[in-house]
Amino acid sequence: MTKSELNPAVANGLKARQRWHPAEVVFWLIAFSSYFLLPGKHLILNEIAILALFAISLDLILGYAGIVSLGHAAFLGFGAYAAALFAKHINPDPLIGLAFGTITTTLLGFITSFLVLRGNDLTRLMITLGVALLLNELANQLGWLTGGADGLQGVEMAPLLGMFRFDMFGRTAYAYSLITLFVMFLIARRISYSSFGLSLNAIRDNSLRASAIGIPVNRRLIAIYTIAASFAGVAGSLMAQTSQYASLDVLSFEKSADVMLVLVIGGAGYLYGGMIGAVVFKILQDWLSALTPQYWHFWIGLILVIIVLIGRERMSQGVAGIVASFKRKTPAAPGPAAKAEG
Amino acid sequence: MITVLFDGIAYGMLLFVLACGLSVTLGLMNFVNLAHGAFAMAGGYAAVVLSAHAGVPFLLALPVAFLVPAVIGAVLERTLYSQLYGRSHLDQVLFSIGLVFMAVSTAEYFMHSSKQFPVLPEYLKGRIEIFGIGMGVYRLFIIALCGILTLLLQGILVGTRFGSRLRAAVDDRRVASGLGINVGVIFLSTFAVGSGLAGLGGALAGEVVGLDPTFPLRYMIYFLIVVTVGGTTSITGPLIASLLLGIADVGGKYYVPALGGFIIYTFMIVVLLVRPQGLFTRGR
Repeated sequence: MTKSELNPAVANGLKARQRWHPAEVVFWLIAFSSYFLLPGKHLILNEIAILALFAISLDLILGYAGIVSLGHAAFLGFGAYAAALFAKHINPDPLIGLAFGTITTTLLGFITSFLVLRGNDLTRLMITLGVALLLNELANQLGWLTGGADGLQGVEMAPLLGMFRFDMFGRTAYAYSLITLFVMFLIARRISYSSFGLSLNAIRDNSLRASAIGIPVNRRLIAIYTIAASFAGVAGSLMAQTSQYASLDVLSFEKSADVMLVLVIGGAGYLYGGMIGAVVFKILQDWLSALTPQYWHFWIGLILVIIVLIGRERMSQGVAGIVASFKRKTPAAPGPAAKAEG
Repeated sequence: MITVLFDGIAYGMLLFVLACGLSVTLGLMNFVNLAHGAFAMAGGYAAVVLSAHAGVPFLLALPVAFLVPAVIGAVLERTLYSQLYGRSHLDQVLFSIGLVFMAVSTAEYFMHSSKQFPVLPEYLKGRIEIFGIGMGVYRLFIIALCGILTLLLQGILVGTRFGSRLRAAVDDRRVASGLGINVGVIFLSTFAVGSGLAGLGGALAGEVVGLDPTFPLRYMIYFLIVVTVGGTTSITGPLIASLLLGIADVGGKYYVPALGGFIIYTFMIVVLLVRPQGLFTRGR
């Protein structure tokens, strides 16, 4: 469906939705001012920006298209290894490497997208998990190429744009990641407000009805899965380039689970969720791993359990929802009625 | 060659005992329980603590390895799992991943991260020759015990009143409860038994693969393969799937070690592509 076929009223409605909300402007002003206001924290800010981009990537398939993936780290890791290997063996320029990492990951996403079309949630879980495990095993076995369990070392990046060297305080790294995050966010925002994005929501809510009104479900899913993979590829490339290192860790199940938690903390389906979640998650992780270095995953697990038991919907409504429910002076919602009745 | 096949069968039987509880959880309650391996680990550690630290004979440790996770399972089912039956698969996945993370860290805290093995009695060690084929006594023991368990389960499922109620509830939960079957109690008891069987499997597997805190994560994919490939409507499906998986895994690692885990992952992806509903299920 091309734009010209759209009813003018619909087109105007779409345009109105696309306008920037003041809160969004404030969000990005804060994000960019953090570069100047928190000069000692650039390393962790860099990690947050990359994690945020990774979470946006998952949000595109989970929040918008409703595909539950247990192996999204496959694309993060693939992008990381692709960018690291490219820098080590072919060309150390960051931007060319970023393009290479992204394009190769996009290809991988396109190929694997056909695997997630079939079956139900459970099949998708298994297949995405299986793909990530396969890649992990591959990276482990190809020790001569990837360094195996020791990780890929000796990656040296050239200065960004030939001018800005990657320093140990992460100044260049954070600026690089933050600008990339912003550009990718603009793309994701454009996608989510397009008629394509709306059709994804329709598929998520009821794919049978969506296909009945003429949405080509499979083609849309292939498209968004590929796009999401390329986003994760960008995140992975940034990660490898700014840390000048890639290890099996980026392909691990924990990475896939972590990014799900990030999205759950922030709320899925509105892009900002991933970024807010990334900030909260990294601060939590920093704090918890300082508290109990070895066992911080225990607390992450506990948080996941609690969030699910409270209900993700109520969580993602967040402060606004709590305030609103107080104003109405009624309990927000009845407890989960899914009691097993005999 | 035959020894490899034999080891594969033993491994497959182990996988079946480990995973059959999950197939019931998934089939009966439509609950994606990724934390199933945590119950297996609980049983495994129970056996390790009893046999290696407390000096209890291994055969006496096995029933405890069944009971401990069964009780934990029953408590968790009543308090936490039952609240999530009607929720989306995403919620269930997140919840059980959270449980796995907690279990892994807890095990690390109490049991350290090194591999541990239960202590076997002398009569289960060593090898014997039957018709010129060398077999590990312990492997034979596993096959015998798991075989008996399988027959027992099949008998309960097919021959008893509880079994027919269970099958009715799996087929259609609403109609079954409309007929006066207390589906909640069936949920609870099958969850407990399934967790207990996983624990027993974990105790038996301890000697073969070793127990460490990442056990639930490492074997999660195996359980899921057994369940998705074998289907959830019968016992024979998961059994055949486990045997196939066990033989493929042991054989693959023996003959082409470089391929490592590729074989089973590829096998799983191909099967799910060709038959998303599993190899051994009736079409619906």
